Amino acid sequence: MPCPHVEQRTSGAIAVSVRNILGRLIGVIPTLLITWTFVFGAMRLVPGDPVLLMLQGTPISDGAMEAARAKLGTDRPIIVQYVSFLANAARGDFGDSFRSRQPVTRLIAAEFPFTLQLALGGFVIGLVLGATLGVVAGVWPNGWVDTLCMTAALAGLSLPSFWIGMLLIQVFATWLGWVPVLGTGFDALILPSITLGLFLAGGLARLTRNAIIEVMGQDYIRTARAKGLTAWKVVAKHAMRNAVIPPLTLLGIQFALLIGGAVVTETVFARPGIGRMLVQAVLEKDFPVVQGIVVLTTAAYVLINVAIDIAYGIIDPRVQE
Amino acid sequence: MSGAGLVRRPWFISRLLGAPGAVAGAVVIAVILGLAVLAPYLAPYDWNANSQCRRLAPMTAEHWFGCDLFGRDIFSRVIYGARFSLAMGISTVAISLTFGALLGIVIAYGGGRIDRIGARVIDAMLCFPPIILAILIVAVLGVGLMNAALAVGISGIPRFARITRAATLSLAARDFVEAARAVGAGHTRIVLRHLLPNLAPILIVIATLDLGGAVLFTATLSFLGLGAQPPTPEWGAMLNAGREYVRYAPWTMIFPGLALFLTVMAVNLVGDRLSLILDPRQRDRS
Repeated sequence: MPCPHVEQRTSGAIAVSVRNILGRLIGVIPTLLITWTFVFGAMRLVPGDPVLLMLQGTPISDGAMEAARAKLGTDRPIIVQYVSFLANAARGDFGDSFRSRQPVTRLIAAEFPFTLQLALGGFVIGLVLGATLGVVAGVWPNGWVDTLCMTAALAGLSLPSFWIGMLLIQVFATWLGWVPVLGTGFDALILPSITLGLFLAGGLARLTRNAIIEVMGQDYIRTARAKGLTAWKVVAKHAMRNAVIPPLTLLGIQFALLIGGAVVTETVFARPGIGRMLVQAVLEKDFPVVQGIVVLTTAAYVLINVAIDIAYGIIDPRVQE
Repeated sequence: MSGAGLVRRPWFISRLLGAPGAVAGAVVIAVILGLAVLAPYLAPYDWNANSQCRRLAPMTAEHWFGCDLFGRDIFSRVIYGARFSLAMGISTVAISLTFGALLGIVIAYGGGRIDRIGARVIDAMLCFPPIILAILIVAVLGVGLMNAALAVGISGIPRFARITRAATLSLAARDFVEAARAVGAGHTRIVLRHLLPNLAPILIVIATLDLGGAVLFTATLSFLGLGAQPPTPEWGAMLNAGREYVRYAPWTMIFPGLALFLTVMAVNLVGDRLSLILDPRQRDRS
């Protein structure tokens, strides 16, 4: 039994966590309200008439102009616009794209699966690479192994992911021809996943190392050693299980990094996805799309962090106490 | 105890240079600074003059890093690019640090309702993934080098505010602040003479740790086409411009990217070491 207290879960503890979950979900509301208010305010600061931006230079009569203004709702008082923005955001309605004239939500839904694939691929590679470097460095701290692993981790944090992406394309797609440059198949996902994974691995490695060092100093590790377990078993069964908590905290932040990484990776690899869509929308001044993506990613980020908070309680009941 | 690490200079420098990584980092930073300052004397060609050589010509003795689509010498452009990287990084961190620290101190020192609301807003603002926040700000301000720097700077404010607030809260509860108040010191005096000097080591540490990321972040925005615009010889923008024909001329992206990587790595190496020395908790332990 690596972690005896994990098995000792009573129904009382579960009841507590249900109330805990509800409390946390309610706590999300003011946070979302503040972020969405910021987005609303920012969008109102955009210079120029939104109707002219929507028309993107097409000439139009005054009457049609008024009609467009009424459709966008920009002729109403600001407070009404604000409330209707919040109500629409809560329902996931962000209006139509200035460019394609299609509902923003539908456009985002069409691109989302590609970003999800990339995020999962990048996350797996980042986790495997980061955890390996971190555990190796943490088990043998302050020696040359540690220095090597941590320099590699720092390099990972310092690598411009757009550069490494272009290098990977050059070597593995153009010169060696092992994978296609473009496309949305599985083999076209490999290089983008590596690019995104490298971006995540550095921070994860540093965090895992510190967690392992901390855990290796605990009494239960000494006990495990004393009872004659092999070094491998001590690390795999006792140290790793307890060391996952701090890196898990970072998973919430990892999501922010994943989104940021996806923006860059999708652009480098010319992959479809939300990140590239956002950059395109900014360049084309397609504000409903910008607004929709920002609001949705923020909401996803907040909810993922709540989910992770709740997950701690399940993995490690010490957190609840 | 405040800023002791900064006052005892020889000790400080020798500890900073005690690690080979930090030495290498410091040397690279010195080289980059040298390139930035002496660019007009060191660059063999004009960074913006077309047709210095054949379009997309490979590396030769005359053109060490080859030539770009317009026949410009890439080596000269990379040298001039050094002017943007550190300058952009430092100015964005300065924006985040100044406004973040100010906000953090005001909120924590204000206490009560101001603190509760302020802390809530900061936490909410931290829910924007930084790059998303920066892109949103660029969308509002418009595309360009200065706006990108401003966006990166602003997107860092909540992070600095949160750390400063936490540090100020723990300081404000200490006896010396109470003592200063007892002898009749005003708010301004307490903040400037008692809180700020004690916050300085922490602020320096987080600013240094942030610098590498800030350099990378501004270059990233330029790469996305949201920051520096052609023909500016900014490294991220150079990579963006080379994207279309990189398979015919990989040198157009290898060298600007390498310069960016080395700069960020150097800043991170020094920042890591500096945080180890300046962080009071780490210092007391060693």
